Amino acid sequence: MKSHNRMGLSVPLAVTLVFAAAPLWAQYEPVGEWAPRFHEDQPERIPGPDIGDYLGLPITDAARLRGDTWDASLLTLPEHQCKPHPSDYGVRGPANLRIWKEVDTDTQKVIAYHTHISWQAPERTIWMDGRPHPPEYAAHTWQGFSTGKWEGDVLTVTTDHLKIGWIRRNGIPRSDRAVVTEHFIRHGDYLTDAVIITDPVYLTEPFIRTTDWAYDPRQQIAPYPCESVVEIDRPLGAVPHHLPGTNPFLKEFSERFNVPFEATRGGAETMYPEYRLKLATEK
Amino acid sequence: MKAFFVGLVSRKAPLAAVLTGVMVTVAGLAVFGVRGAHAQNDANAEVHVLPVQGNVYMIVGAGGNITVQAGKEGVLLVDAGFANMAPKVTAAIKTISERPLRYIINTHAHADHTGGNEALAKTGSIIAGGNFAGTTTDIGNTASIIAHERVQQRMSEQKPALSFGMLPTDTYFTAKKELFFNGEAIQILYQPAAHTDGDSLVFFRRSDVVSTGDIFTPIGYPVVDLERGGSINGLIDSLNRIIDLTVPADKQEGGTYVIPGHGRLCDEADVVEYRDMATIIRDRIQDSVKKGMTLEQVRAAKPTRDFDPLYGATTGFWTTDKFVEAVYKSLSQKK
Repeated sequence: MKSHNRMGLSVPLAVTLVFAAAPLWAQYEPVGEWAPRFHEDQPERIPGPDIGDYLGLPITDAARLRGDTWDASLLTLPEHQCKPHPSDYGVRGPANLRIWKEVDTDTQKVIAYHTHISWQAPERTIWMDGRPHPPEYAAHTWQGFSTGKWEGDVLTVTTDHLKIGWIRRNGIPRSDRAVVTEHFIRHGDYLTDAVIITDPVYLTEPFIRTTDWAYDPRQQIAPYPCESVVEIDRPLGAVPHHLPGTNPFLKEFSERFNVPFEATRGGAETMYPEYRLKLATEK
Repeated sequence: MKAFFVGLVSRKAPLAAVLTGVMVTVAGLAVFGVRGAHAQNDANAEVHVLPVQGNVYMIVGAGGNITVQAGKEGVLLVDAGFANMAPKVTAAIKTISERPLRYIINTHAHADHTGGNEALAKTGSIIAGGNFAGTTTDIGNTASIIAHERVQQRMSEQKPALSFGMLPTDTYFTAKKELFFNGEAIQILYQPAAHTDGDSLVFFRRSDVVSTGDIFTPIGYPVVDLERGGSINGLIDSLNRIIDLTVPADKQEGGTYVIPGHGRLCDEADVVEYRDMATIIRDRIQDSVKKGMTLEQVRAAKPTRDFDPLYGATTGFWTTDKFVEAVYKSLSQKK
């Protein structure tokens, strides 16, 4: 009887201890294999953005001109072929995602989360141990330097030391001075990454976009080796681009989708619903 | 790149701002005269050491970036910073190696890269022997200063004259000069008519690091010193030469590291971005020149306006206007 009582007490106690020992946020950890969902921004993410489509981007005039003069042939140069997407854009592509954590074996504290994305296979570390960001004279990388912290159930990540990248892969640039804030939010078998880019060089306002995944424990991500080759025989040092005012493709998007050309030029105003009313009024 | 660094002095101001200011001030003053730059230098600037890879380190904050290669045979520097920063540079070097300084390689003549020549060289000694040592009083008593002969000529032309100890002691006039030091092949590659007419790239083949001098300065538009024989096309050729030398590791990142004349540690992808910018702007201004546009018309067209937020300046010596003028004049010069 005494023994039975002990058992009766010990089972709920054990259960209580198990849950008490695990940090509350553990069930929200984004660790695992995640398959991308493309219901959001599909035309931009899979077939790719049209030339001259800057809709909804809070860009500066300088960024707009970079887009207007960008020539996709640039990507045929061997030195451009194996660039991965930077971490603030990588989630937008064919982004089968793996997230795993690194734990200190003695303290069992989480040192870092690591991510791996399918396209070009970039790997990234999100440091959770409170280490400082590197000095400004340290090298910048495609994935940048990321530190994370838990804010309730949300993993908030701050990234700097990024190489010059792109906000939309039709020539709209993101500078190497940008700071990116991310919020990883897990809802059961779904994961959302809200990316907020603050770029004092090419954006007039912070730019936010979200990307979603579904949990997929069967997912196997294939390797993605890349070896650059000479695709087009060009004079040494040639850099494809359009001279200002000469890009013949800038109105294609506007004409194909019957969107007012001025709207396709982007700018902070085009992010907000009121802009549609303004266009309707001006018509 | 190793993930740690040695900060000799704690940082109090954003380094990019400091570097930008120093670069703009110094490069400009250097164009007008080597000695003038010394007085403008901030003696309170902080000096930091960043391990790069292999035997190579980068010292920032002493003017132009200084590359350090260290090993059992001693220490080799690429560039020497400002004269008045020499004590801090010497202290920084001592955190890397206690071995003697053997070589200083000057990438070009400007004072933010050569000002420390004399003071630093005096802290070292070149290994000399046989029937050579002792025949000249200073042989073996200082480190050797290597540069293309145009650097020595440009520095010798300075008024008032620089002291003899400031000048390169070991010049070359060919396309390249080679050293083998600390178990590493080092190539010093002449780049004619780029930032100046005496530029050298220094390639550490075992460590896999290229030191570029002011051919590559990712914190601002390239300084094309027309007065000292620079040219935009030569500079772009040199940027392409850097891209030719460098081999990126996986994901177009790392592999060969690049130490710029000013600014942060870089790799090939950063040079590519800078080369693209310089080429695009060159092409735009070249198009204007072909159309017969005047300098004022070209300026009014703002051919750099999409890159200005990244590289431009409205104050200091090397403003965007000066850059556009230099490119225009460089492209307009009779061949």
